[in-house]
Amino acid sequence: MSTQVSPVETATRPARQRTALRCEGLVKRFADVTAVDGLDLEVFSGECFGLLGPNGAGKTTTIEILEGLTPADEGSVELLGQQWNKSDDRALRERIGVQLQETQLAEKVTVVETVRLFRSFYKRGHSVDEVIRTVALEEKRNARVGKLSGGQKQRLAVACALVSDPELLFLDEPTTGLDPQARLSLWDIVEKFRDGGGTILLTTHYMEEATRLCDRVAIMDHGKVIALGTPAELIESLGADQVIEFSVTNPVTEDALTNIPAVKHLHKRGETHALTVSEIGVALPALLAEMKRQQSELVTLTTHQATLEDVFVSLTGRMLRDG
Amino acid sequence: MAEEGIGISPAKTQRREEEPGAIGDAKTESLHPLLQLTATRVREFVREKEAVFWVFIFPVLMTFALGVAFRNTAPDKTPIAIEATANAKANELAQVFSNSPDITATVMSPSEAAQALRSGKISIVVKPQNDSFEYRFDPTRPESRTARLIVDDALQRGKGRADVVKIGEERITEPGARYVDFLVPGLIGMNLMGSGLWGLGFTVVIARSRKILKRFAATPMRRSHYLFSFMLSRLVFLVLEVGAVVVFAWLVFNFTVRGSWLTLILVTMLGGFTFSGLGLLVAARPTTIEGVSGLMNFIMLPMWLLSGTFFSSERFPQVLQPFIKALPLTALNTVLRSVMNEGAALTSNWAPISIMLAWCLISFVIALKIFKWQ
Repeated sequence: MSTQVSPVETATRPARQRTALRCEGLVKRFADVTAVDGLDLEVFSGECFGLLGPNGAGKTTTIEILEGLTPADEGSVELLGQQWNKSDDRALRERIGVQLQETQLAEKVTVVETVRLFRSFYKRGHSVDEVIRTVALEEKRNARVGKLSGGQKQRLAVACALVSDPELLFLDEPTTGLDPQARLSLWDIVEKFRDGGGTILLTTHYMEEATRLCDRVAIMDHGKVIALGTPAELIESLGADQVIEFSVTNPVTEDALTNIPAVKHLHKRGETHALTVSEIGVALPALLAEMKRQQSELVTLTTHQATLEDVFVSLTGRMLRDG
Repeated sequence: MAEEGIGISPAKTQRREEEPGAIGDAKTESLHPLLQLTATRVREFVREKEAVFWVFIFPVLMTFALGVAFRNTAPDKTPIAIEATANAKANELAQVFSNSPDITATVMSPSEAAQALRSGKISIVVKPQNDSFEYRFDPTRPESRTARLIVDDALQRGKGRADVVKIGEERITEPGARYVDFLVPGLIGMNLMGSGLWGLGFTVVIARSRKILKRFAATPMRRSHYLFSFMLSRLVFLVLEVGAVVVFAWLVFNFTVRGSWLTLILVTMLGGFTFSGLGLLVAARPTTIEGVSGLMNFIMLPMWLLSGTFFSSERFPQVLQPFIKALPLTALNTVLRSVMNEGAALTSNWAPISIMLAWCLISFVIALKIFKWQ
């Protein structure tokens, strides 16, 4: 079907301009914490949008407000041109697919029975077998959910979200706790959905996942968006493309390090210093010369291309996985 | 795997609906959500071995054990003790009782006799004295009071008392008036309560704690379909649950249902719905199994004790009777007994039936109002 895109369809589908989801000024307070603190987002039709942030940043609360499962204290949400609790919520639910972070599907029921149950809730959608094939669970078709591996369970959860052939797909930490193999196979499924023209909003605290899957990323911390853009734009915003990480025998003064040419940013984590640099060819020899001058010797030294992780570190001073 | 362009393509246009022949067309798979939800309920239940045991096997075992323990055979001989004496008096007395068809007399030492009386092995102790006899027994025990009459009769006759008038006897033992006949409807009632409350309560709370309810709430599923699927699956099991006990009691104890089967089915359905309503009510909010278990015990315990499953609830003091009669299990047991044992029609049971209907409706309405999906 994805191969049969007619000229009419491409012509009538605006590439990026149409808004699939928009929220403004979202606030959600719980007893002791403000989980979402004035959040604005806009997701365009046909893009994969990522909410990236550490645990506790408010990603799940945000996505559940957008899914119409949690009422916001303040702010407005509009998805696919509709608002929750304003008109026909069930009609809106027909058009979205949802995978929740914590759902554990019934264990005594088989894969095909589970998908068939979810299919029965929707007026229209894919056939059960088609969806099982899409998530590559044909061999486990008649296996009970309790017997599936973590990755297979997660693919089943995504199958239940895809079975209605949704326009907008919500994935909340779809690959958390999965091994690399299982993660890759889930990424394939998400990419196929997007390639077919679907819109995705996903949350993750894996920067590789956001970099690989997302067209645009909003970095969240403490219930707020602290940076927004394509992964490339965000990394570029560091004004640097390389990171040098090293540890030394004798402590080095920070002033000396920040004065090294091409160094944009210094971050110290335990014994390890991380220098974000624009030109590694300039910065690295200067660093080594400075070490020699201060009579300090290198213990470890690594360099890598700047990532979204480095963006988060430079914005918050913390690592994503530190939470 | 799914490389050949089968990938999921979101249908933003009407194209697919205009091509009914397309692969995966929605119309080729029409599944009713209520049917699917009910099928899931049934599957989850029959695949849970413990649940099957408690709902089907346990009541049958219980019927068997209690039916055998309290079976009415030919009236048993009354066991009594004669306190041993230094002279031959005790043995003479044993001789007198051995002629009686209703008494088994054993000569025991005073301490043995006292012990046997305490533990209920014998019902009365007869103590020969110089030229009289003394009965020792507990008048609060019905079998001891009976034993006193039998022993006294046998003793007086043995010593030469003559009957003043001649008495004829006709002995009848009818099925329908035995303990097992009383017990079977009570066990069915208790079983309907247990499976209704547990079946619904646990399933809903587990689904809530595993966030399955939340996941369902994210679909266009009608909430009434979800709740109604419990009713339907209860109906499926009801037939089996009640059937298992009735058929077993019929095979082993020659138990018969005197009323019409249709009436019995209607009553058990009403009972099943009533306790499903209560089950839904206790499950409306708790998020943990511990929480819902406590609530269920709080609701079921008084009914286990008071509602007349194993013995008639009429035995409780008069002041408690209005409260006991208002309990749904008392009402169900009353109707079940009157239908199964006496062959009564529904119309003669309007009071307990309205009590059940009230419980059913009120608990459903409240449950739907306060039900939490997350």
